[in-house]
Amino acid sequence: MRDTSQNDPADEPLLKVRGLDVSVRDKKGREFKIVDGISFDVQPGEVIALIGESGSGKTTISLGCMGYTRPGCHITAGSVHLGGTNVLEQSLPRLQELRGKEITYVAQSAAASFNGAMTIDAQVTEIPVITGAMSREEALAKAARLYSDLELPDPENIGKRYPHQVSGGQLQRLMAAMAMISDPRLLILDEPTTALDVTTQIEVLHSFKKLIRDNNTAAIYVTHDLSLVAQVADHILVLKDGQMVEYGPTEQIISDPQHDYTKALMAAAHLMPEEIHAPPAATADEAPLLQVRNVTAGYGPAQEIIALRDIDLTIHAGETVGVIGESGSGKTTLGRLISGLMGAKQGGVFLDGQQLKHSVNQRSRDELRQIQFAFQMADVALNPRQRLNKILSRPMMFYRGLSQREATKEVARLLERVGLPADFAWRFPPELSGGQRQRVNLARALAAQPRLIICDEITSALDTIVAQQILDLLEDLQDELGLSYMFITHDIATVSKISERIAVMRHGRIVAQGPVDQVLQPPCHEYTQLLLNSVPEMRTDWLDEAVVERRKLVAALDNA
Amino acid sequence: MTPGTRTWQGELREALSDLTPGVTLCLLFLIAVFVIGAFAPWIAPYGEGEILTNDSFLPPNSQMWLGSDYLGRDVLSRLIYGVRITLFLALIITFLSFFSGVFLGFLAAAFGGRADSWMSRVNDALLSFPALMLALIVINSLGSSFVVLVFTIAFIDMTRVFRVARALAVNIMVMDYVEAAVVRGEGKGWIIWHEVLPNALTPLAAEFGIRFTYAILFISALSFLGLGVQPPQSDLGVMVKENMQAILWGEYTTLYPAFGIALIAISMNVFVDWLLQRSSAKLPDEI
Repeated sequence: MRDTSQNDPADEPLLKVRGLDVSVRDKKGREFKIVDGISFDVQPGEVIALIGESGSGKTTISLGCMGYTRPGCHITAGSVHLGGTNVLEQSLPRLQELRGKEITYVAQSAAASFNGAMTIDAQVTEIPVITGAMSREEALAKAARLYSDLELPDPENIGKRYPHQVSGGQLQRLMAAMAMISDPRLLILDEPTTALDVTTQIEVLHSFKKLIRDNNTAAIYVTHDLSLVAQVADHILVLKDGQMVEYGPTEQIISDPQHDYTKALMAAAHLMPEEIHAPPAATADEAPLLQVRNVTAGYGPAQEIIALRDIDLTIHAGETVGVIGESGSGKTTLGRLISGLMGAKQGGVFLDGQQLKHSVNQRSRDELRQIQFAFQMADVALNPRQRLNKILSRPMMFYRGLSQREATKEVARLLERVGLPADFAWRFPPELSGGQRQRVNLARALAAQPRLIICDEITSALDTIVAQQILDLLEDLQDELGLSYMFITHDIATVSKISERIAVMRHGRIVAQGPVDQVLQPPCHEYTQLLLNSVPEMRTDWLDEAVVERRKLVAALDNA
Repeated sequence: MTPGTRTWQGELREALSDLTPGVTLCLLFLIAVFVIGAFAPWIAPYGEGEILTNDSFLPPNSQMWLGSDYLGRDVLSRLIYGVRITLFLALIITFLSFFSGVFLGFLAAAFGGRADSWMSRVNDALLSFPALMLALIVINSLGSSFVVLVFTIAFIDMTRVFRVARALAVNIMVMDYVEAAVVRGEGKGWIIWHEVLPNALTPLAAEFGIRFTYAILFISALSFLGLGVQPPQSDLGVMVKENMQAILWGEYTTLYPAFGIALIAISMNVFVDWLLQRSSAKLPDEI
């Protein structure tokens, strides 16, 4: 051992990462450093959070701790010591022994990580059984104990099911059971709750926290969400572009961040605003821009699978209406119905008091122009083979009869209006960053000179700081052009900041709607309360309280 | 890293820098074969049907670089003319099958529902016939001519192209950018031409290469069976058939056209593989 600091084994951290560098080589053989000189320690029973935006190197570092890099990447310098052994110097067979036994990994999407053709038990117990560490019976008994520790329902039998027979939140916990079954010394959790609904997220988070504490495991928690990290981590390492920005105890980072970048992350975190501003009193006599009246709609040949029930919604000129709900609540279906992508079984959509036809094909161009739709994922909503000039000039030519020459001139102005250089007009969408693409996505809606833009989760795929910039842009545009927005999202914190009125959807119904201050002020509907209760607060003792409160609310909702 | 604007010159330069030695060799060979085919009358040392000697199956010599065939004609000259006919027929067949197949496949995908079901089921029924048998029946009943040959093979190939084109378009039709065009109120024609086609071009180009190879093999097979190109004109398949006996005399005459067919097919496949790999192996934007 060349390591000189190894004087007292009790002080030695379980995981010691020193000066880790990871590089990627492109087709031309040029090297880019994507992780630069990262060092940190983890003690047993302790959780360190790696936090940063996409591309900051957080997943690359956590994989590096297993001695693994993704194809094209390689570790160029540094050391990773687990106990006394340098992980990076081990042979492949020894690494395979380490991975899955001493270091385990929980991926972001459990749904994509489980094999749908095998029972959950078979997959959870696979590693200890095939390595001979446990007999099949022992492994099954251990698995059942873990299921019960993870607060899964019916721990004796849930493992006999197949992955599609449990919910997403349960599957994520089952994956944690798979990771914990061989009593690893280090557990790596890579955005384990990002794909879950907000109200499920805190249950899963709570189970993870308990499991780590009870087993005295060391853990690395990878995430982009600072408010979540405050609940589980003991130390936080803030990353930007592969470099360490700030590293310290959780309390210190969230109460007294030193670096500007950490402060920006704090400012953009998904937190409820201190107070919700009451919207200006709506003038009752003003005619609404858009009304959805008593709509019931569904999927299937005769719309027999009901997705929307008895929906009434009104949007006035110049106002933002937030529509919030979890996946499957029908919020996107409502947006599609308004824009004419699907028809209603009953009821209708009214623009300026005139009923709109159900289908896009039957509506006039001018009706179509007034309602524009902005899609969630800008990277698939923009044709990768069309230059921005074509993407943006087409709506101008289609709806407003501009010539290509006039449209091209206006594209330059439009790009500058959404904060992009005018010469971007000649680029293709894949040459843009995620935030830039979302600006183009918005610009395409603006190009039609609409009165209402339906924004379907347009900020949820973006990093928090970039999302904040898009929200600011939306507000500027509204002030300038008097636009109305229907803002569809699962994020109640965001919606409470930008909306005048909100509608809360659950199981295809609107359970509460009205001015934002009234809907969100207690006493409110149990489901609204549950959503509010699920927004993390930036203090370390919030999670335990929230879980207790959540269970009461869920019980009340189930009884109702 | 700020990416520059993509131009076709830039794309071409990048493509050329990606060429491996093997692919380069195949590409050069294909170019050479096309040039030889196009300028056959100027390149071939003798005429197509010119009988130069009474000796069959002469070994290669200074006058006839690949020797003589069963009638005493120059094998090299006939090979050059054969390549010309084979490539000419294959190109026409591929263009016909390709454009009809892509057109119908895209229509099926764009309209979906019952129209798509009907077109696909009829196509499946046609696909279930063995291709060679179908061709034999049609050509036998109509008699062999260039027109019959071209349209029969093009029709059979079209069913294959239809399937690929439809599958490609169906995958693209569900993308959000197509939905964005639908919600804007665009018609089917605009969507197919401006949204779907640009995204299908690379795989379709590769499919074009594969279909072209199949067309060459198919014509050669029919000619070998005596139903394709009729003497005195000859393509590579006819030449293999004509000179089969040479094997009995210990001469390689029949192998030259056979190698020609194989080399063209292999080169095309290598090139197409490279094209496909390049389009799918673009590095991710973010790491």
